Amino acid sequence: METIRTSRRDFIKLSVAAGGGLVLGFNWSDTEAAGIALLPAGASDAVNFNSYLAISPDDIVTIFSPNPELGQNIKTSFPMIVAEELEADWSKVYVVQAALDTKKFERQLTGGSGAIPHSWERLRKAGATAKYLLIEAAAKRWGVTSATLVAENGRVWDKANNRSLTFGELASEASQISLPAEVKLKDRKDFKIIGKPIRNVDNQAMLTGKPLYGLDFYRKGMLTAMIQRPRSFGMKLKSFDGTAAKAVPGIVDVIQFKNNVAVIGKNTWSIIKARKLLKIEYEKEAAIESTPDHDALFRKLLDAKESTVRRKDGDVDTAFSGAAKVIKREYQCPFLPHNPMEPMNFFAHVRPDGVELVGPSQTPDMARNEVAKLLGIAPDRITLELTRLGGGFGRRLKADYVVEAAELSSLVKAPVKVIWTREDDMGGGSYRPAVRYRFEAALDKDGNLIGYKLRGVGINSGNPTREHNFPSGAVDHLLIDSIEHQSPITTGAWRAPITNFLAFAEQAFLDEVAVEAKKDPVQFRLDLLDRAKKSPVGEIRYDIDRMKTVIQLAAEKAQWGKKKNVAQGFSVYFSHRSYVAQVAEVEIKGSKPAVKRIIAASDCGIVVNKSGAEQQVRGGIVDGMGHAFFGNLTFKDGAAEQLNFNSFRLIRFKEVPEIDVHFVDNGIDPTGLGEPALPPTGGAIANALFKATGKRLYNQPFNKQPDLEGVSLGRSI
Amino acid sequence: MASYQLQINGKEYRTEADPDTPLLWVLRDNLGLLGTKYGCGIAQCGACTVHLNGLAVRSCTLPVSTVGTKKVTTIEGLSADGTHPVQQAWDEVDVPQCGYCQAGQIMTAAALLAKNPKPSSQEIDTAMNGNLCRCGTYHRIQEAIVLASSKISK
Repeated sequence: METIRTSRRDFIKLSVAAGGGLVLGFNWSDTEAAGIALLPAGASDAVNFNSYLAISPDDIVTIFSPNPELGQNIKTSFPMIVAEELEADWSKVYVVQAALDTKKFERQLTGGSGAIPHSWERLRKAGATAKYLLIEAAAKRWGVTSATLVAENGRVWDKANNRSLTFGELASEASQISLPAEVKLKDRKDFKIIGKPIRNVDNQAMLTGKPLYGLDFYRKGMLTAMIQRPRSFGMKLKSFDGTAAKAVPGIVDVIQFKNNVAVIGKNTWSIIKARKLLKIEYEKEAAIESTPDHDALFRKLLDAKESTVRRKDGDVDTAFSGAAKVIKREYQCPFLPHNPMEPMNFFAHVRPDGVELVGPSQTPDMARNEVAKLLGIAPDRITLELTRLGGGFGRRLKADYVVEAAELSSLVKAPVKVIWTREDDMGGGSYRPAVRYRFEAALDKDGNLIGYKLRGVGINSGNPTREHNFPSGAVDHLLIDSIEHQSPITTGAWRAPITNFLAFAEQAFLDEVAVEAKKDPVQFRLDLLDRAKKSPVGEIRYDIDRMKTVIQLAAEKAQWGKKKNVAQGFSVYFSHRSYVAQVAEVEIKGSKPAVKRIIAASDCGIVVNKSGAEQQVRGGIVDGMGHAFFGNLTFKDGAAEQLNFNSFRLIRFKEVPEIDVHFVDNGIDPTGLGEPALPPTGGAIANALFKATGKRLYNQPFNKQPDLEGVSLGRSI
Repeated sequence: MASYQLQINGKEYRTEADPDTPLLWVLRDNLGLLGTKYGCGIAQCGACTVHLNGLAVRSCTLPVSTVGTKKVTTIEGLSADGTHPVQQAWDEVDVPQCGYCQAGQIMTAAALLAKNPKPSSQEIDTAMNGNLCRCGTYHRIQEAIVLASSKISK
């Protein structure tokens, strides 16, 4: 059993809330679909135990979930952890999305698969401390020592005397007890909720069409706005004529701000129609780039003399000049839009006495700070309520659309909801950067990897390498460097930033090197890890044993190398503190290869929610596969050429393979799972297709590669 | 602007809209029925799926003037309290991730099962291929449709 010191910052004890003292969420009352009972009657008389937790006299346990929920299932997983330590009756737990509150919560954001590792101990302490107070209150009431009492399923029990009190009956008295200096956390073997498949707490609301998302937020007197931004990156607004647009019934105003023209009105369809009547002239303000320019640029940069060295071990020049064999390959990916199903939107009401913001954001704190800066006011004059997010994938880490809403509300002095169309979303930037890699490997006469070089060149990519990842540490002579091209085309974090493509390139390359070294691809990786363990070269930032374990588990579950008439491809990657290995299986159907199955082994430490975790892995694989095959955003004269799902292809229902999901059970504190399953997928599939066809894939999207013609996807083929 | 009398979820609604206004925006902006979602506006993603006389249609490209007296069912009207077998199956299989596309997925699946209570896996593939899920919940959707089919056939 762990003993954890409590801290005052986490446990500001509040007095019994006056009726209605809890934050009850949004005011949806202007819509017919209003009236989601966020909390049952009675819960408003609850006692707040800490930032996360309140208990009402009728035993309703309200758990506040602070982090933005975008499908990573945090709104269910966080409360499970609190409820576990509290010994709550899960059927009486109600979960409420907390508004932004930097006094109560730290790291109230969704990104980097970091919420669970950051909050694991905090959440456990929140539950354990409340449990302590409830037990002490019962001991006091009964006049017994607390050591003889236990909490179970929403009650404190005095088993010797066969009596119990509910948490609700004890809540008020518990709030009078002094906070402990330290609390005891449960042993993992005693977990009753953590590790179980618990259904999404928003299922009922989602499955009956309740207004949960930002786009569903309506407020009486609210105006809706759409914004025409420059279509081409590198262009700026020169002049506009909004006369015809403004004449459309239902349009309230057409105004310019920065390089944009906003059409503001009372209903969405009028705005969509009016916007088409805008006459806007643009002029060049920076480089106007097209995809063929980038292709040429990448080749030039890969041979450039100047670069930023990211890691250097040994002496690569000597290793390569003395090598028995040198393998050199290049890999390229295009830009990608994030395409969450719910396009960008946000509500803002800028009033003289303060600012109200409501909507979907992965980074509410940053969004508030940017709005504060725009308006020149203190952040504490701004409230921000989080809706559920209809996907994010990194796009909502940026606050551009929040700032737009605040700016327009400030200009028109009315509550405004800004909404983007799908075309705005896909054409509007913040893309996964386009990148090209060159990998080089030097083998000695026995097929040992003695030298390794990687150069990454990218467009607004930052550092497109992860220089301390595998196989760094396992190779004596290694050089990793990069060059970044600055472009007006905006980029941002896209689910598993950088590694979403780097992992494919690296794992496809290592597969090719293994074949050239005449070694089994799985054994080749294990040998490198043994080498790194025995005599590590430089710094190693991954856990060698954990990586080996997922490799072995995936190989075992897939019966690696033992199946007949199945071509298998292997891949493994460490990202966001978790380890995932995958085996892809390709079968020949007729004369054509079909991607039929993917077997995944993940190590994210303790699995918090079995249902959520399995789907994170499966969904990450579907995402990785879909974008590897189809994702392609190209540019002509600075403008994106694909603007909607008729030209930008997402993976569809019948194209997904069977996916088997396995977890390593090691009891280590949990790490993230929103991203780590995605990076290995492209490599596993490409390596399996090589086994099946003898042809290698170097660039994404796969479906544009001539060697891939005729490949089919899907479990039912 | 014209005036329309719409039969939605067994109720009659009167509303004013331009004749070319897609049903989606009438539902959302005029009537506050917000379960039907906007995803693409060009009938490519299926997030806006509703039933028109029992058939699954894309409300984002369906002008309100063409609806007439046909019966519209939205996710809010699929059942009074979320107990339609498809909704129950979706919950039991724990399908949603972000959940944004799921109303459309459910409406497509419910229309399929109403016509064909025991669809083959190919028939499910064909019916569901027009509904995008960016989170990748397709496996669970398949599983939930099979479960709902067994509930209906009982």
